[in-house]
Amino acid sequence: MDERQSPSPCSSRPSSPRTPPCEMLGSVGIEAVLDQLRIKAMKTGFEFNIMVVGQSGLGKSTMVNTLFKSKVWQSSLPSLELPMPQTLELHSMTHVIEEKGLKLKLTVTDTPGFGDQINNDKCWDPVLSYINQQYEQYLQEELLITRQRHIPDTRVHCCVYFVPPTGHCLRPLDIEFLQRLCRTVNVVPVIARADSLTIEERNAFRSRIQENLKTYCIDVYPQKCFDEDINDRLLNSKIREQIPFAVVGADREHLVNGRCVLGRKTKWGIIEVENMAHCEFLLLRDLLIRSHLQDLKDITHNIHYENYRVLRLNESHQLPRGPGCVNLAPASPGQLICPGPGKVRRRANKDSKEDEG
Amino acid sequence: MSTGLRYKSKLATPEDKQDIDKQYVGFATLPNQVHRKSVKKGFDFTLMVAGESGLGKSTLVHSLFLTDLYKDRKLLSAEERINQTVEILKHTVDIEEKGVKLKLTIVDTPGFGDAVNNSECWKPITDYVDQQFEQYFRDESGLNRKNIQDNRVHCCLYFISPFGHGLRPVDVGFMKALHEKVNIVPLIAKADCLVPSEIRKLKERIREEIDKFGIHVYQFPECDSDEDEDFKQQDRELKESAPFAVIGSNTVVEAKGQRVRGRLYPWGIVEVENQAHCDFVKLRNMLIRTHMHDLKDVTCDVHYENYRAHCIQQMTSKLTQDSRMESPIPILPLPTPDAETEKLIRMKDEELRRMQEMLQKMKQQMQDQ
Repeated sequence: MDERQSPSPCSSRPSSPRTPPCEMLGSVGIEAVLDQLRIKAMKTGFEFNIMVVGQSGLGKSTMVNTLFKSKVWQSSLPSLELPMPQTLELHSMTHVIEEKGLKLKLTVTDTPGFGDQINNDKCWDPVLSYINQQYEQYLQEELLITRQRHIPDTRVHCCVYFVPPTGHCLRPLDIEFLQRLCRTVNVVPVIARADSLTIEERNAFRSRIQENLKTYCIDVYPQKCFDEDINDRLLNSKIREQIPFAVVGADREHLVNGRCVLGRKTKWGIIEVENMAHCEFLLLRDLLIRSHLQDLKDITHNIHYENYRVLRLNESHQLPRGPGCVNLAPASPGQLICPGPGKVRRRANKDSKEDEG
Repeated sequence: MSTGLRYKSKLATPEDKQDIDKQYVGFATLPNQVHRKSVKKGFDFTLMVAGESGLGKSTLVHSLFLTDLYKDRKLLSAEERINQTVEILKHTVDIEEKGVKLKLTIVDTPGFGDAVNNSECWKPITDYVDQQFEQYFRDESGLNRKNIQDNRVHCCLYFISPFGHGLRPVDVGFMKALHEKVNIVPLIAKADCLVPSEIRKLKERIREEIDKFGIHVYQFPECDSDEDEDFKQQDRELKESAPFAVIGSNTVVEAKGQRVRGRLYPWGIVEVENQAHCDFVKLRNMLIRTHMHDLKDVTCDVHYENYRAHCIQQMTSKLTQDSRMESPIPILPLPTPDAETEKLIRMKDEELRRMQEMLQKMKQQMQDQ
């Protein structure tokens, strides 16, 4: 049980209040552990799986390229000869990006055709079943008698949902999708193509979206109930005030005041992607990569994956006892796609209470 | 009267005057007479706007006609949108400029394309257009035809989202359902989020898809060969920039010391009436200054006539099935045509059409020569 409470070595959770701090008489050299962790991390590298969801043309592929500053994704225009895909097909691509000796294995899953049809009923089903499939794969690996040393992690750590900049409020399709998805995966909604909204329109749109999210009990990342301590809460509250971020993506560089910046050049000015006065791309990048990447992975592993695991094990009515192998009945799609919201929340609270108490 | 007067003043001799009077009949003044009568009567125009919500339709209508028809509009909240169906709302406003009165009716279609399942979401709109045709048909066939109200939709501005890679399935469905009933003018909405190269690509793509799906949008009429070069150049530019990429604005901002209608962004100011920024001026000129009458003509001559022919055919075929039924519209009491005569009538119709086409071709050939 102890291993599961802090599976990731780099988690910055404070020590549980159970153990009182003891007086130190001289330096033992415990800080060296951090160096050891760092060296180990450099050797093994990190994995990060991100999914982008939204209607076509909202700049999803461009945003991924801008986030990771490389042509991770070639945006694919549907050609005229092929008919529009009738069902949603998910495409995943994996790249290894390296920075300062640290390797990141990045997997991007795209959802072309989402919300583009005339009848978009149940267009969220393929997305949910993909996410559950990844959980299932991990679960199967975890239940083996002889497990791999490092289970390949294909679970989706973060789902970026692109909201079209209508300027009014969330559409019925957005609400349906977000309600179902935030129970299974960390969802970060963003206002896509924000260069079509002025600053006042942006702020008004943002506050209306926040109201909608509250009304429909859509808990987006960073979730309030998973805030561990007061520092987390302060940091995350600031982020929560600004969600959804209004972002603009660009993969071309232009010259502005002698500097080369990523941006979009129009006849009335150049929109700089990394300029906070123009758009909030930097906030999104910092959230996803610089400050909360590990937290996204932790929450996926500790909470979303655990919820899935409990559901599956309860279904098959066999909990793992001792070294015997566990036979799981194959998951039927209907049961797992929408777990009840109450169950998920309660389990999450119980887990965190177990950690503290 | 003006041409006659000009000549009269130049040649003031009385004998010449009488000769000249004998040569000119004087009907060159007819356009002026029509002009005076129309100014007295006033014009009416019905414009429909359709497209997903949030594409700036109301803002564009405001910018086009410089009147706020939506002052008391309350935007629906998300809860209300979930159960919303497509509605048809009409706003009428009387605009007067330089003594010319225009009764403008805007038909709005809130809720179009907003639901999760948008199958046949254009049905309320096609029903509305058909209803207006039917009402006009009844009025026209009635006994008192003095004050027929023309509520037929003369033009439909269809807003295409700039975020897609061309036409979406909803766009294709809507346009195919309405292209034989209404003049459709497709527009690229919110064009200020696109850079010029993207606008070019999107326009090409939309034009290709319109051809591919066989959608008949409103075609600008060919200008006569005797028009001056300026006009022809303008006409060419107009045709090449379809579909128009437009931007609308409710606010007036200060740019380069002037007050212009536009949108203020941190990176610059978009001017709505600047031809380099968007095609708003082209749209306004086309809709109001040059093609308004042609839109009405095409509605009357083509769409309405199609509807009328279709209606009459349906009624006559119904009559053959049930000869005891009283026709609701007073048509000439024809003997119920049997299959033979119907076939003959159809053949003659075909012949007439072929002859008309041949005449047109011959006219074209003569013009080319």
